[in-house]
Amino acid sequence: MDTLPILSILTWLPAIAAVLILFLPQLIKSPEAARASAARWIALFTTLIVFVLAAWMTVAFDETNSGYQFVERANWYGMIQYHLGIDGISVLLILLTAFLMPLCILASWTAIEKRVVEYMAAFLLLQSLMIGVFCALDIVLFYIFFEAGLIPMYLIIGIWGGKNRVYAAYKFFLYTLLGSLLLLVAVAWMVVTAKTTSIPDLQAFAFSPAVQTWLWLAFFASFAVKMPMWPVHTWLPDAHVEAPTAGSVILAGVLLKMGGYGFLRFALPMFPDASNAFAPFIFALSGIAIVYTSLVAFRQTDIKKLIAYSSVAHMGFVTMGIFSGNEQGVQGAIFQMISHGVISGALFLCVGVIYDRMHTREIAQYGGLVNRMPIYAAVFLLFTMGNVGLPGTSGFIGEILTMQGAFNIDPVTAMVAASGVILSAAYMLTLYRKVIFGTIVNPALNTITDMNTREILIFIPLIAAALFLGFQPNHVFDQTAISAVALVDAFHAHFK
Amino acid sequence: MSTPLTITQATMTPELFLQQLLYVLPELSLAIGALIIVLVGAFVGDKGARLVTWLCVATILVAGSMAILHVPAKQINVFSSSYAADAFSAYAKMIIALTAASALVLSIDFLAEKKIDKPEFPVLALLATLGMFIMVSAHDLIALYVGVEMQSLCLYVLAAYARDDAKSSEAGLKYFVLGALSSGLLLYGCSLVYGFTGSVRFDVIASQVQDHRSIGVIFGLVFILCGLAFKMAAAPFHMWTPDVYEGSPTAATAFFASAPKVAAAALFARVCFEAFGSLQKDWQSIAIIMAILSMGIGALFALQQTNIKRLLAYSSIANMGYALVAIACGPIYGPKALLVFISIYAITSVGLFGVVLSMRTTDGQRPETIEALSGLSRSNPLLSVALTLLLFSVMGIPPLVGFWGKWEIILATISTGLIPLAVCLILASVVSAFYYLRILKTVWFDAPRMAMMPVGVSTTLTLTGATIILAALTVVIGFVGSAAELAGAGFH
Repeated sequence: MDTLPILSILTWLPAIAAVLILFLPQLIKSPEAARASAARWIALFTTLIVFVLAAWMTVAFDETNSGYQFVERANWYGMIQYHLGIDGISVLLILLTAFLMPLCILASWTAIEKRVVEYMAAFLLLQSLMIGVFCALDIVLFYIFFEAGLIPMYLIIGIWGGKNRVYAAYKFFLYTLLGSLLLLVAVAWMVVTAKTTSIPDLQAFAFSPAVQTWLWLAFFASFAVKMPMWPVHTWLPDAHVEAPTAGSVILAGVLLKMGGYGFLRFALPMFPDASNAFAPFIFALSGIAIVYTSLVAFRQTDIKKLIAYSSVAHMGFVTMGIFSGNEQGVQGAIFQMISHGVISGALFLCVGVIYDRMHTREIAQYGGLVNRMPIYAAVFLLFTMGNVGLPGTSGFIGEILTMQGAFNIDPVTAMVAASGVILSAAYMLTLYRKVIFGTIVNPALNTITDMNTREILIFIPLIAAALFLGFQPNHVFDQTAISAVALVDAFHAHFK
Repeated sequence: MSTPLTITQATMTPELFLQQLLYVLPELSLAIGALIIVLVGAFVGDKGARLVTWLCVATILVAGSMAILHVPAKQINVFSSSYAADAFSAYAKMIIALTAASALVLSIDFLAEKKIDKPEFPVLALLATLGMFIMVSAHDLIALYVGVEMQSLCLYVLAAYARDDAKSSEAGLKYFVLGALSSGLLLYGCSLVYGFTGSVRFDVIASQVQDHRSIGVIFGLVFILCGLAFKMAAAPFHMWTPDVYEGSPTAATAFFASAPKVAAAALFARVCFEAFGSLQKDWQSIAIIMAILSMGIGALFALQQTNIKRLLAYSSIANMGYALVAIACGPIYGPKALLVFISIYAITSVGLFGVVLSMRTTDGQRPETIEALSGLSRSNPLLSVALTLLLFSVMGIPPLVGFWGKWEIILATISTGLIPLAVCLILASVVSAFYYLRILKTVWFDAPRMAMMPVGVSTTLTLTGATIILAALTVVIGFVGSAAELAGAGFH
């Protein structure tokens, strides 16, 4: 096992496949349709291999070891090293990425008709970069993966997006770029001061409290945009609405998690004083995010936009959990990230199913779908409940734990957050009632067909994951526990 | 600064003279090469323009490799200390040679198509390259002025090279008039410095100004830096750039946008670091003001451009602003950042102009608007991928190599404590990203316009090939750092 560079394989395999796909048209002079088909199969095959490898890695992961595992280290550019490794915080996020990716490819199987080759290449490249973010142990390497993700995502939104795609692509890119460049200055500052780029070394380096404030703010600027936190969330609804279905799934499922991951990996361990000082600020923003964006979600007429706002609200639980700085909070936040990845990904796929048939996302255009699409109604119900946080689904565990964590620190925020659970039930059930129940009013719906085998195949793993996480959350906690406890202990030890 | 070895006049013997010639071998080969190639050109006539171009490319590449094959361990000043041979100049010469040669290769088809393919173009470019070599090695004010003028005079002619084209003549004239003015400023500055320090040698000037800081020297310094800023196209001396970039034949613009920037920035740095090292506060504030102005003007004015050459002109102004940020970081942290950044920028710049040179419609038109790139991703996917890589690189998005240039500069600003300057750089980068994204949007998101479709027929093959090679180079060049580190170490 020491000899197999599993993290490098996971990171670079999709990128290699992407290059292969991109040069496919140059290699084989076959007709467009054959090339597209080849691109789809290569992409599916690659993502499945990556998933199998990631699953194997998760099994091989030693959950009693609080250090970094599967470490790879090589000199690269001056002080900067090619340094990879995972711990309990990142292992499941990598698995989540690998899990969602084949589903995204399957979901795009027929939905994407133009420029399939480029689409598949962009997605595979994105997967490489996302996995890279989660296993980079060098801060500059992390930044490279983190920032490079902008390129494929910009192209995915801009080329295969909806009507307003150009605006959304710009907004996404520029918003995120400004945040990340501030992060870059902070990273440079840390590198100059600490004379190291290794994340473990930087975590051990004690920055003075005054400096921490500035660095924390720069990191916050970047991760809060990525997360996204209220009030810098406005790019997300646009990006979600315009992105193709699979783009939304990846955006909600994985890209948003980079923000939470960043807070856990950098903000909390490297700037404990600042994190402690800013915790009330984060709590306030999280509380506002949960309540305000839930209310905004309630007023949406576009299904995707509604789910996008609901994502912002659910990310509020994550930030709240992280900055409560105790074990329940941090564990809950990690769990909530994974659970949200599965559930919101599934919800966007649900929207994709009816969008592919009707080419509209307006709630008013639907109604009475249960009459024509019983299987779809059942699947959608399950994930609606998951998003509401019904016990038995994964959504419940994350919310209850983060609230518990926050309650120990700040009962008021926890109570505000709890009201968000009610609000999420309100908007999700209203959405469900309007789309699924009732009688068919729109005549176009009279011929709509239920999910086909391919679509059912996409949802089976997601249903399994949501229920498994809901009933057996301890499997996740076993994986994350030791790293989360180590993180929390180090955080508290700082104040003794 | 480590004390450089100086070979003085008093001990001059024939052997010593020959030994000194060794250090100017790259320049000698360029000069002798130019003289021979002029003769070749005269014999073969206009039909041999292609041969002459390839000869010039070979000469430049040979000179460039000579510069890096023979790098002295520490700075050596030859010919009465008027000329410096060191790692810094070797590095800069290599980049100049590489970019000048690529720009020349790019010019072949364009000039042939415009029916202005005469041997003069490559020979003038070769002589300009010689001027640039002299600039980066100049170690006294005379060599400085000779190098700058040699380069500039050739460039004026190149700008006006398409002499039947009114725009090209206008560009040449404009460049010449404004360039002459800046040369005047430069010369005036040199004379003031000479008058107040009593020497033209950088090392003597350095020791003189260290002892007493007279107002005359400061005036001289300001004039010299203004003249050099003009050659760099840094704001507020940037006015000529958009017009000259737009009016000149695109092959000449590709040449202007790359190698001369390296030479001017390297010379600016050497003057500041070596001759006026003790006046750091003075030139630092000048560099900071110019940097902020260049970044601001370059980023904001580019937003409204519809002509891709004008857009690239403003982009180059912004990028010279970044280079000035590196210079403002002083002799300890500045050189490495400057060299990494400027070399990556120059190479990317040639690539971008390679793309501009590939823009041609089916009916032989050469559109220069950004809109002409509409839907390029369908008509020419490989060229679009190359352009995309180049643009993301010049934007500074990792993992593309342009990121390392910005990274080194930000690292340098923070090491020097100029954090506000780093923040300005970042704001300018975000604004610049907007107009680079606009090009990408046109290429990838817009529908192709039939009449404006660039085609990859055999005539553009050379250009496409050169661009793709440059794009590939953009991806793997991350290793320049250690070379730049070595090259920049001489100043502290």
